[in-house]
Amino acid sequence: MAIEDDVLVIGGGLAGAIAALSAADADRGARVRLVTYKQSTLRHASGLIDVLGYAPDGEGPLADPFPALEGLPRGHPYERVGIDAVREALDFFDGVVGDAYAGGHTDRNALVPTHGGTVKPTARYPTSAAAGLASDDRDGLLVGFETLPDFDAPLAAAHLEAAGVPFDCRGVTLRFPGIVRDDAKVTRYAHLLDRNERVGADALEEAAITTDGGEIGSRDALAAAVRDRLADETRVGFPAILGDERADEVRADLADALGVDVFEVPMGPPSLPGIRLEEMLYDALEAAGVRVTSGVPVVDYETSAGGSDRIARVVVDRHGAEIPHRAEQYVLATGGLVGKGIEADRERFVEQIFDCHVPHADDRYDWFVDDVFGEQPYARFGLAPDHELRPLDANGDPEFANLRAAGAVLGGYDYAAEKSGAGVSIATGYVTGTRAAEESG
Amino acid sequence: MATETDVLVLGGGSTGCGIARDLAMRGLEVTLVERYNLTDGTTGRMHGLLHSGGRYAVSDRESATECIEENEILRNIAGHCVEMTGGLFVKRPEDSDSYFREKLEGCRECGIPARALSGREAREREPYLAEDVSRAIEVPDGAVDPFRLCVANALDAEAHGARIETHAEVVDLLREGADVYGVRVRHDSGPGRRNHGTSGSTEEITAEYVVNATGAWAGQIAAMADLEVEVRPSKGVMTIMNVRQVDTVINRCRPKGDADIIVPHETTAILGTTDEEVTDPDDYPEAEWEVDTMIDTLSELVPILSEARTLRSFWGVRPLYEPPERGTADPTDITRDFFLLDHDERDGVSGLVSIVGGKFTTYRAMAEEISDFVCGKLGVRAACPTAEEPLPGSENLERLEDGMDDFGLRSPIARRSKQRLGSRSRAVLETDEPNPVICPCEGVTRAEVRDAIAQSGSDLNAVRIRTRASMGNCQGGFCCGPMANELHPDYDEVTVRRALDELFEERWKGQRHALWGEQLSQAMLNYALHATTMNRDRDPASADPSDPEADAASLEYAAFDAGEGR
Repeated sequence: MAIEDDVLVIGGGLAGAIAALSAADADRGARVRLVTYKQSTLRHASGLIDVLGYAPDGEGPLADPFPALEGLPRGHPYERVGIDAVREALDFFDGVVGDAYAGGHTDRNALVPTHGGTVKPTARYPTSAAAGLASDDRDGLLVGFETLPDFDAPLAAAHLEAAGVPFDCRGVTLRFPGIVRDDAKVTRYAHLLDRNERVGADALEEAAITTDGGEIGSRDALAAAVRDRLADETRVGFPAILGDERADEVRADLADALGVDVFEVPMGPPSLPGIRLEEMLYDALEAAGVRVTSGVPVVDYETSAGGSDRIARVVVDRHGAEIPHRAEQYVLATGGLVGKGIEADRERFVEQIFDCHVPHADDRYDWFVDDVFGEQPYARFGLAPDHELRPLDANGDPEFANLRAAGAVLGGYDYAAEKSGAGVSIATGYVTGTRAAEESG
Repeated sequence: MATETDVLVLGGGSTGCGIARDLAMRGLEVTLVERYNLTDGTTGRMHGLLHSGGRYAVSDRESATECIEENEILRNIAGHCVEMTGGLFVKRPEDSDSYFREKLEGCRECGIPARALSGREAREREPYLAEDVSRAIEVPDGAVDPFRLCVANALDAEAHGARIETHAEVVDLLREGADVYGVRVRHDSGPGRRNHGTSGSTEEITAEYVVNATGAWAGQIAAMADLEVEVRPSKGVMTIMNVRQVDTVINRCRPKGDADIIVPHETTAILGTTDEEVTDPDDYPEAEWEVDTMIDTLSELVPILSEARTLRSFWGVRPLYEPPERGTADPTDITRDFFLLDHDERDGVSGLVSIVGGKFTTYRAMAEEISDFVCGKLGVRAACPTAEEPLPGSENLERLEDGMDDFGLRSPIARRSKQRLGSRSRAVLETDEPNPVICPCEGVTRAEVRDAIAQSGSDLNAVRIRTRASMGNCQGGFCCGPMANELHPDYDEVTVRRALDELFEERWKGQRHALWGEQLSQAMLNYALHATTMNRDRDPASADPSDPEADAASLEYAAFDAGEGR
């Protein structure tokens, strides 16, 4: 007996997870399976949910992304799904993540400090970043650590002021109490705080923290290290390492101990906010009854008999065994160049599983422009879908009647320049998931 | 502003730095000026082959002999810059048997240790060699880090009192009648170590004697004194693979041709090269076919290259020269020998010598000959010590391994750091401060980055060539930012931002020629990290990208979400 579902989602990043969750939504009641191969790119991502920070022509930062969504060029994923779907999808996302994210109270974008020191526009932000918004005019202290070279707090503070933020910002660099290795991973910092591990007298002394004697918890130790450096700032920002599973508790303890608001500055990979979002999505998938199989690639597919344009089944490689998976509807959410749903050799771009048509320039020297931050063609190559998000072939016909695509595997937009990556994943994930469930029923 | 010196050396490549070191060690007061960074011309754009001489053993035995002599000297004086990988000249069935025999004979006659191997023996040594490689000649080729070697020469010249000015472009040669007596340079910032954003100045430097060691640019410099030097710059591409497919230098055993060498270099392998004459050494086409030729042709020797990941490609320009009357048409046939052009004898203009032609492996011997010549002109009698005196970092290398600890670093990091720093390791790495890794791909720590900054100022490309930071798989995507962070607070925020932009652009330049497969995926990730996560592409602090110091655009912060209830 073959493994059989109503909807099969291929790819376990943000787009795939949202597709599976919206397909499995109780109203639609579809039986949904999600298969993933590679580790999702969420842990590379900042955890911010950008919808549209800049128009494709570079205008911005956009205080309100929605009017700009009206004017997007034909073929842009948002143009394909329409603005109403974007709003519905964001509502759906807000429902999935609940209190863990903020920003849903307004259409407006927020400007969030980045670890490089400037600000970026985003539509939803983890609550851990909420007290750090740049439009909040309270003075801020940024705290960096000698052993985390990705984030130089005094430099970031100076950079924020150069970006014209409406508050005074200062940065200090401290030794992190309880971190022994100079090259400890960021997850080590998070777990130290999660578990509130005891920090011994020697480590406290090394971090120049005076106590009444004896060891104290790592959260108290960190607060003690910061306290001496705090002037009259009413909010304190840290690199995003403040706990993993107990991040809210860690932040609350630090805020209590310091008597200020505490926030995180999103960081590069591996990104704790990205990892936390991934964990949240997978918990939600489990709660929604989505069957998730990880670490398995889709290696082949078959169409229905008689040269049909319907996918009959895909073949999944489970540790060497080739297992067919059947479904009524399929969602392709394997990612773009980073997630490797789209790859290129020296001659051409290809979509990895179904070899769907990827429109792109023939000559690879037309795949880029010389300015690294110029309008990069390679960043826009991906599948061209119809309004149903079905990938189209070179003639403009759907490749398959029952295949839709979501997220970065789609082309026609440059998520890095627009700051639209997460928003497109959520909107197209939502649309593909709901349509697939409707049609499978 | 005007300054005086005994000898003024123009050009901060291997030749110029070698001459500066040599003359400074002989007790002369030396100033060297370089337009950009040290190695920026041809030295930093080669495949890093330390010739055994085998390459020239048929066509040019004099050069071959000189190569093996210098090869042996460099192993002694620059051990921390050299890896003795050994080399093979491999023959495919279609390559000529008689040429193979001539090569073997030539090596023996030039004193190059050479041994013939069967195809099977060659594959035992290098398992990825093609099945149809039929024979090979083993020679003592090696890999050399041209950056490290050139910088070590400059450091030692400074230690002997020389003044080394980078980012100092010669804008005029000072000539009075039939005598050249100095130059006018424009400092990009300073003088002194580079500091972005500080305004530069113009300086006149006068000297008893001027050495034009600008290689492919020698004609442009000479023209400033109305002299003609007909350099015939010839470009060549190098393509860098992300791993060492081979641990031995692999040469194709045939008379000449594009794409005939693979040099294992640190963690990479470098494929080379092409040979095409260009008119302007600063502006020439970097062509797609050249990269494709590297991969496709060298895959005939090492088939896995066709599927392997390339990190980037870069081009260099050989400073070829021959007396104009020879009129050789094909640049591959122009001699690799060097020419010392005494403008007094040649043009009746005293005070200036131009050096053209030559090759990296014999830079020291060239420098010695030129220094002898300059000393002769100045009536100085001093012996050349450069063949015996080790360069900084290479003193007592054999004792290094035993006595040294790991400076609290994990062993792969410690090992690689010590390889780069040689005998300077303790001075650089021993610190009470935390010393985290800044560049994980190449294993470069904060202490090493800061040492490089202390040498070179706010120029992160100068830090890169000294440390290899940002030269690995990620091509700077992950480490450019942390490298720039190390400039603060010695350099202010705007300077740091400029330095970061400059390094990131430079890293992108080479990756454009490797935009497929894994490196395209990496490039997209780098773009996403810097544009999406950090918003460096639309940084409100750099409202006008052409002028990072312009005030931030009047970004209306109040129009954005300040948080619920605020």
